Amino acid sequence: MKKYIATRVATMFGVLMVTLLITISLVGSNMDTILKQGIVFQVRTEISENPAIAESFSSVVEFEEFVQAQIDQRIGILGLEEPWYSPQRIGITMYKIMLLDFGHATFLTSDEGSSDVKDILFEKLPRTILLFTTATIIISIIGIFLGALSSSKVGSIIDRITSSFAIISSSFPVWWIGMLMIFLFAFTYQIFPARATPDIPLSDPRYIGSLLYHMALPLITIVMIGFGSWAYLVRNFMVGIMQEDFIMAKKTIGIKQKKIIYTHALKNAAPPIVTILALSLSGSLGGAIITEAVFDWPGMGRLYFEAITVMDLPVIIGATYLLTVFFLISIFIADLLYGYFDPRVRRGQ
Amino acid sequence: MSNITPDDIKHEFLKSKMGIAGILILGILIAVSIIAIITIPIETFQEWNNPGKWILNPKVATPIWVNIFMAEKIPEHQILENPNIRVISENEISLVSHQFGLNFDYDDYPNDFIYVFSAEYSDSPLLEMSVIRPDGVKLDLISTSLPYSDTKTVYEERIFSTDRSIKKNLSLQSEKFGFLFERLSAEDIIFSKNQTNEPLKGNYIFLINLYGVNTENQISESKLIIGGKAFGIMGTDELRRDLAVGLLWGTPLALFIGLVVSIASVVMGLIYGVYAGYKGKKTDEIMMRFNDVIYALPALPFLIILSVTISNSIFLMVGFLMVFGWVGIAKVARSMSLQIKTRGYVDAANMMGQKDSKIILKHILPQLLPYAFASIAISVPAAITTEAGLSFLGLGDPSFPTWGQILHDANTFGAAARGLWWWIIPPGIMIAITGLAFVFIGNALDVIINPKLRR
Repeated sequence: MKKYIATRVATMFGVLMVTLLITISLVGSNMDTILKQGIVFQVRTEISENPAIAESFSSVVEFEEFVQAQIDQRIGILGLEEPWYSPQRIGITMYKIMLLDFGHATFLTSDEGSSDVKDILFEKLPRTILLFTTATIIISIIGIFLGALSSSKVGSIIDRITSSFAIISSSFPVWWIGMLMIFLFAFTYQIFPARATPDIPLSDPRYIGSLLYHMALPLITIVMIGFGSWAYLVRNFMVGIMQEDFIMAKKTIGIKQKKIIYTHALKNAAPPIVTILALSLSGSLGGAIITEAVFDWPGMGRLYFEAITVMDLPVIIGATYLLTVFFLISIFIADLLYGYFDPRVRRGQ
Repeated sequence: MSNITPDDIKHEFLKSKMGIAGILILGILIAVSIIAIITIPIETFQEWNNPGKWILNPKVATPIWVNIFMAEKIPEHQILENPNIRVISENEISLVSHQFGLNFDYDDYPNDFIYVFSAEYSDSPLLEMSVIRPDGVKLDLISTSLPYSDTKTVYEERIFSTDRSIKKNLSLQSEKFGFLFERLSAEDIIFSKNQTNEPLKGNYIFLINLYGVNTENQISESKLIIGGKAFGIMGTDELRRDLAVGLLWGTPLALFIGLVVSIASVVMGLIYGVYAGYKGKKTDEIMMRFNDVIYALPALPFLIILSVTISNSIFLMVGFLMVFGWVGIAKVARSMSLQIKTRGYVDAANMMGQKDSKIILKHILPQLLPYAFASIAISVPAAITTEAGLSFLGLGDPSFPTWGQILHDANTFGAAARGLWWWIIPPGIMIAITGLAFVFIGNALDVIINPKLRR
């Protein structure tokens, strides 16, 4: 077991590093250009704000040389004279990112006005977790219940409705249903707000109520699209288990069908269900980008979308890193759970 | 895994209602794609983002068929192209007269009207435009002289209903009407009953007269556009684009993206997984670790970064989607090949000295084909929705308008807030139907391959 965990941890760490490396190499050159332009701009404004500097030079050439020297000096201090792909700089960048030091955002700020990427990320993260964890929990409860119910009556009306709903709902994009829901319940019938961003400041005691009210429409949409496929998965696991010999044996002894399903069969279906729960939690974080953009929910997903539209690279790197970390942690937990439930996996057979 | 022959699959598949429904929908979609490719010239959809191409269409018009369900008919967009032409020469004055007949039978005013013409003349002829209404009233709309020219010249112009002189001319004739029309636009007056401001139904005749002195004049191109509030089968969007064109062309694009991505990633995954499983030991270990790395990359953020930094070309996007698509299939294929490799005939082939590649291709891969077909069908919808999602975020390839991009535009122009349902609902339904066709086929295949699900 220890060896199993150790290899998993090593793999996960490797993946994290690879992800970081790919992200940095994708945005690295852009980031350098933007940083250098920033420095040039900074130096020019400082000089134009202080006319005495410009007056102290006799010729234009001399003045330009001075400006260039200033720029070069600052580039040197930041270590930008080496290209972004030099091992040294990549090493430093990755080390900083691992310690959650993402630097300052170029354009975006947190609600309180801080431009530190860490502040921005940790302000948005709880909201995403709030929305998507709540949704996943509701989905899994409805899904497990419906799945167990329809597996107990295979071929019944409930089973057919569940299965067909699962199949149909899986081919609709969540964000399109989101657009429809906004169209129907925010504009045609004005029940819910169209934008999910709460409009009262954080300090107000009614903030939580407003947040929940604004959360309702996205939550309903995500649950509506999600629970069908959950129910279908649970049903299929359960149908498989119900054909096992030990269930047959229990049936012949005369244990009631209901008891068999909700205690013995569900217990045996637990490992894959728990695994999928862990995976879908992390998967929902990635899917949050589009959903949050539609509902304007002020979480990580919308932040990511905004960062990409204005090309705010530190935020993009930070958000990708955080998303990857969460994704890896949940894969890791899923792996451990699977190993715990199914000994064959951890012995590598 | 049991041995199923292709004939068995075909037989079982034809028995499943879901599978047949899937094949039917897919057939319809393919037919639509072929129709789109044949009937709509490629140039039209390449000019999707060129506003000049769509200038003659109305803005945000509803689909025409809405009128069937409405008690009050919405005016349809009409482009009148074939006027009655009369040429009269009397003494020194020559007159070219174009007459457009219009049967107006709607309960709302048109949006606007535009007269597009190009005239061939010399000197400075006089252009007059007037309308004879169903109640016999004749309204003079505009009377203007075209720019002077010594030699024969061709002059093109568009006269819009928002033209100030039209409004001015109308207010000079206000005694014919029983209401004030200071705040009304020209079309609301022209198409109104004369006592109350309600639409007047009947036959209108629009007259365009070109008077010249001592010259031969000609109107070579002459079009009268009555800007309606309903247009085409699917309506138009804010940029006057015909949504039917976008929706039709979206079909082959979606099928292309979905099929190419899923077939390529299934083939890649199968070969990768089978090879790893068959080789075993160190090779297997290394290959599966690499698989883990790709599996653990968060796909959507990466797709977004890739399309922003590298390129948003549709072909590259297909490539990126493949990179993330093959991983899960490789895992399953590996575990299946681990089972198959222990079978007697594989051992026998091995002992006879057959090459590894031959054993994999001849003895292992064919066993996995049913699974491969099912996973191709099942992974198509994911590819289509992911592409639509990326396009929805505005990261799509602008030279190929997909359904996701139509929805992106709808979102940018606030279609939900303005109640423009024909801009939001059809693209989403098309995405869902396409996905559904493949999900149906995939599920039908899945039931055949995993007999446990059938009970």
